Amino acid sequence: MSAQAQPNSYRTGPDERGHFGQFGGRFVAETLMPNILELEKAYEEARNDPSFHADMASYSTHYIGRPSPLYFAERMTEHLGGAKIYFKREELNHTGAHKVNNVLGQILLARRMGKKRIIAETGAGQHGVATATLCARFGLECIVYMGAVDVERQKPNVFRMNMLGAKVVPVQSGTRTLKDAMNEALRDWVTNVADTFYCIGTVAGPHPYPAMVRDFQCVIGTETREQMMQAEGRLPDSLVACIGGGSNAIGLFHPFLDDKDVEIYGVEAAGHGLSNLHAASLSGGRPGVLHGNRTYLLMNQDGQIADAHSISAGLDYPGIGPEHAWLHEMGRVQYISATDDEALDAFQLCSRLEGILPALEPAHALAKVVELAPQKPKDHLMVVNISGRGDKDLFQIAEHLGNRIV
Amino acid sequence: MTKRIEARFEQCRAEGRAALVTYVMAGDPDPETSLEILKSLPKAGADIVEFGLPFTDPMADGPAIQAAGLRALKVGQDTVKTLDLIRRFRAEDQDTPVILMGYFNPIYVYGVDRFLVDAKQAGVDGLIVVDLPPEEDDELCLPALKAGLAFIRLATPTTDDKRLPAVLSNTAGFVYYVSITGITGAATPDFGKVATAVERIKRHTPLPVVVGFGVKSGAHAAAVAQGADGVVVGSALIDALKGTLDAEDRATAGSVEAVTKLVKELSEGVRSVAKRAAA
Repeated sequence: MSAQAQPNSYRTGPDERGHFGQFGGRFVAETLMPNILELEKAYEEARNDPSFHADMASYSTHYIGRPSPLYFAERMTEHLGGAKIYFKREELNHTGAHKVNNVLGQILLARRMGKKRIIAETGAGQHGVATATLCARFGLECIVYMGAVDVERQKPNVFRMNMLGAKVVPVQSGTRTLKDAMNEALRDWVTNVADTFYCIGTVAGPHPYPAMVRDFQCVIGTETREQMMQAEGRLPDSLVACIGGGSNAIGLFHPFLDDKDVEIYGVEAAGHGLSNLHAASLSGGRPGVLHGNRTYLLMNQDGQIADAHSISAGLDYPGIGPEHAWLHEMGRVQYISATDDEALDAFQLCSRLEGILPALEPAHALAKVVELAPQKPKDHLMVVNISGRGDKDLFQIAEHLGNRIV
Repeated sequence: MTKRIEARFEQCRAEGRAALVTYVMAGDPDPETSLEILKSLPKAGADIVEFGLPFTDPMADGPAIQAAGLRALKVGQDTVKTLDLIRRFRAEDQDTPVILMGYFNPIYVYGVDRFLVDAKQAGVDGLIVVDLPPEEDDELCLPALKAGLAFIRLATPTTDDKRLPAVLSNTAGFVYYVSITGITGAATPDFGKVATAVERIKRHTPLPVVVGFGVKSGAHAAAVAQGADGVVVGSALIDALKGTLDAEDRATAGSVEAVTKLVKELSEGVRSVAKRAAA
């Protein structure tokens, strides 16, 4: 990695071709290019239209339940004996995770574009549930692609999507997980270009998705700034969030990227450990091209994509959003990782001390808070994004802890 | 720089017919059988051969080619070995154009400059890389043209007249018209619409226009050959091969012949349509 000149601002990307440094881009089949250009144009128009923002704000307040609280985790703070810890409570959003922020934006955009058929990929099912929810709300057809392996391990979410009127298609190709669900969604899009809107769940895919999804998630960081100013009269000293594709993390981080004194930590899933099966693309991968963008990928010497592993289906993806790859190379964000076991321990600690069951995804972020907070002084303000609630994971956690839920 | 491709289309034109372009996957179901198949294709009537570069995540391919790629990867096929098979093919056949078709990541990871040198040296004539639209020409298209390899572009039903010039600008060898909006081996195209589309593209370029996606039989090939300069068949050949594999996906005595039998039928289909020799 060569030393790179630091930019005046970290918040101006991507360029007009969708590049964050060498990352990002539009690596898609020709059939999709006209659609992607149409989407880019429609999003540009919406972004500059006050009525679009007014719609977003109204549904955010009355349907999603924003703003989500910034909560002082008093007992966790006492227990760890260092930094003052705040939780950004994204798990309190309607549908139980941050995913809905992005889906609301994309579905309002699909309506503007006159698209009546919505497709999505999902791993753990949270993005699928959020998409099914907003499609139900606006009377749109919804098809969710989900790896057959994930359909099996996330049955409650499959049922939720069915109840919301979505069609869940189990994907049997490849490794039958999230990356294959994304391949299958792209195949659907190539086939049904004219009437279909592809609602991508994270800050990956071809330009403009990484920038657009980030913009829709930035509400997390923007609220956090205001809430921290109100609570403490100043900005936080550090931010911590988990990363699969990286949408909850970029949403929290982006509004703070130019505040040089704010330390930022992204936590990848180290699975069974970085020398074994894991899902930490930055710590254990290298640059490649997949799903429409150049980014860090887990792959073999020949460029064949490797199987990712994480206890958390939502982090179980062999890539990462291109903007994170860039922030990693620029050194603005520190990317670290937590194992399955560390996440399970943090899940239990948070549940018992705060009465909050976090999803396994933010349990990875909490695992690193457990490490970082004791090293900081008591006046250090640390914000961790609780990106989703843990109800969806209870069966799996019970199994890992040697209990069975009847 | 695209001499073999030009010569082959010239020859087909002189014979007053369209070209037959066949696609099989390198290393499917094992390297030696795939080489044997590749060698048998020109003898059975193929004019140009496309060799698939296996990739774990082929986002524009249907089930047949997805499975073929995974079969090849399972027996250890990689880019180095694929170029080696082409080298061995080229040692026996100096005239049939070889097009390598796949996705960008294995090439990117191999290293673009090194790949272009090695591919050229192995006897590759052209590249079709599905996930590199004109917007990403800097990545491989322009370096490939500079290295003397044809970069063959896909035009699709969604490529309108406004976009066509960009799609055609750095393309060489021939233009590959994708007959449907969809994945390989899926729907059968509306042949009337395909002919209209080919005419439209030919108004923008002097290059030969070949048509692929959804062509499965001699009759389909004949229908496409009415308007197009060439017909591409892939998934149907892979299905024919797959039908002969044993329970462990290994080749059997009839594997190569199953492919050549279909190629002969396709070749007869293409040859049944007399075209005006080019002026």
